[in-house]
Amino acid sequence: MSAVYVWIETFNGKALNSSWEALGAGKTIAAAAGVPLTAIVFGENAAAIAAESGAHGADKAIVSEDATFNGFRLEPYAALLSKLVSDNKPKAVLAIGTARGRELLSASAADTDSSLITEATSLEVQADGAIKVTRPVYAGKIISEAVGSSAGTQFLTLRGRAFKPNPENAAAKAEVTTVPPVLAEADIATKIESFEEEVGTVNLTDAAIIVSGGRAMANNPKDAPAGAADATVWKAQDGFDNTLKPLADVLGAAVGASRAAVDAGYIPYAHQVGQTGKVVSPDLYIACGISGAIQHQAGMRTSKVIVAINKDAEAPIFKLARYGLVGDLYQIVPALTAELKKRLGK
Amino acid sequence: MHVVVFTRSTPDTAAKVEVGANGAVTWGDAATVVNPWDEYALEEAILQAKNAGGKATVIAIGPEFHNEALKHSLAMGLDEAARVWDSALEGSDSLGYATAAAAAVRKLADVDLVIFGKESVDVGTDQHIYQTARKLGWTTLSYVSKILAVDYAAKTIKVERLLEQGKQIVTSRLPAVISVMKDINEPRYPSFIGIRKASKAVIPEWSLADLGVAAPAPQSQVVQFQNLPVRNVQVEMIAGTPEEQAAKLVDRLLEEKVL
Ligand SMILES: Cc1cc2nc3c(=O)[nH]c(=O)nc-3n(C[C@H](O)[C@H](O)[C@H](O)COP(=O)(O)OP(=O)(O)OC[C@H]3O[C@@H](n4cnc5c(N)ncnc54)[C@H](O)[C@@H]3O)c2cc1C
Repeated sequence: MSAVYVWIETFNGKALNSSWEALGAGKTIAAAAGVPLTAIVFGENAAAIAAESGAHGADKAIVSEDATFNGFRLEPYAALLSKLVSDNKPKAVLAIGTARGRELLSASAADTDSSLITEATSLEVQADGAIKVTRPVYAGKIISEAVGSSAGTQFLTLRGRAFKPNPENAAAKAEVTTVPPVLAEADIATKIESFEEEVGTVNLTDAAIIVSGGRAMANNPKDAPAGAADATVWKAQDGFDNTLKPLADVLGAAVGASRAAVDAGYIPYAHQVGQTGKVVSPDLYIACGISGAIQHQAGMRTSKVIVAINKDAEAPIFKLARYGLVGDLYQIVPALTAELKKRLGK
Repeated sequence: MHVVVFTRSTPDTAAKVEVGANGAVTWGDAATVVNPWDEYALEEAILQAKNAGGKATVIAIGPEFHNEALKHSLAMGLDEAARVWDSALEGSDSLGYATAAAAAVRKLADVDLVIFGKESVDVGTDQHIYQTARKLGWTTLSYVSKILAVDYAAKTIKVERLLEQGKQIVTSRLPAVISVMKDINEPRYPSFIGIRKASKAVIPEWSLADLGVAAPAPQSQVVQFQNLPVRNVQVEMIAGTPEEQAAKLVDRLLEEKVL
């Protein structure tokens, strides 16, 4: 049981900040087992990211830089991670449960027939070395307590924002080992043709604050221009762009939406929060014109502070909210944006 | 050409789910539905099979109540259904699922594409999808929001994937296991004739012996289920003109230190 591995996810040659949360969780396990905490970094800029990992608590780093790793593809990543696990038998392998983190750890756990528990929201190392975690199941209506087998490597993916990063120490250094890739380009069945990055928007799952709009975005008092293909859709889109987005911007927040808003074509699906959208857990969630259906709650119920703005005092969202504002969102949201600009000095 | 899609029955999304006195999860007499993400997978399997003049088979792994999801699938228009279950899979983890799922795909000849919905809302995970792909030795394409091109003769596929930072276009060789998002299509409702046909269908049950595999030893297990901690939030209603409401709310949010 040589180490605790933490996969540091990167995008365009930069570490995702959420990876430092995984190092934070990894430290707890490494300390309990008395083994080093090792950052696993593949791809562009791996050496520089390994150094950053040191500042975030990693004792060691295993890096591999090769063109096959650029722009994540599962095959080369899983092949190398599985080899490292088979060769070195780490006590645990952790990653944040992003799209890439989930598929990488699942694949490697399958390759090595190891224990795998995903979406952990808390963890505890038992006396026998087994890692016990809690995780939400049934769309967050129930908590499951699950435990891995301490006989082999225990793979864990973590819910974003559920674990704290280690305090940063710029002077701390990770001892770096460089390893070669396992697969050559010819062995890889997939090829990335292009990536269209969503620029200028805050990622929902990482966001500390989220401002969400519902079906009520269509109740924009503005008149749609004569040329608009669909007046309702125009009003709702204008509301997202010119009423909700300015509030999100003063707060540095991400913009979310209910399924009703997405299905009506007011905003792309990538913004949907809920059972069939994204599950988020920000410090502050502001629901504007969202009734609070159980399927929406499934995606935002664990937010720390929930604010509901709704014209119907009986809306179910108020049962979940810490602060409730009854009224027209098209009056309250601009007032809130103005007040925040003033108070936050922006 | 043969497409295989996996599904399962999950409690109705509006059902009250809780931990019963015996420690088991219960949703009372609420109905079960097709796992919500699977509706898109089922629709895509029907479309793919139709476009290529092939066949679409739906499989569930689990005890008998999963037949309900299979019957719904048949009513939507899937060609065939099968359910895999074996007492040896009781208490199994995702490795058990993946071993059984991969064996079921191998039992069916000529499969080029396996489709899953993005995740299962009951177990709250997608790990079984990627592990099934690994046990098959096939490529995984997760979070697919569009199939842009597919050539079953040349064994290639081109898809759009919806990732955290944006949209990726990727090509791959077939066979492959894909997981699909809500955006990919508009699932159809079962037709009246479809429902009648499905209600009479006899769904074969395959044991692990039928599939020629043994259940792997589980590497992880559920210790217990817990109800959610009672949320001790008392909503504070903030009244006044919009400006007054805004000012008071900002006071509170500053006190809460969430800004
Ligand atoms: C299988 C399944 C999966 C689902 N998955 C999801 C999911 O992932 N996410 C999701 O969100 N939903 C999901 N749903 C849908 C969910 O059941 C609700 O239909 C949806 O959340 C409603 O969206 P809404 O609150 O925007 O609309 P509504 O329920 O119509 O609510 C609109 C609200 O706006 C208020 N309002 C109107 N005008 C104003 C105004 N001017 N100012 C302020 N308030 C105003 C109204 O009082 C009302 O409360 C799912 C449903 C199913 C069956």
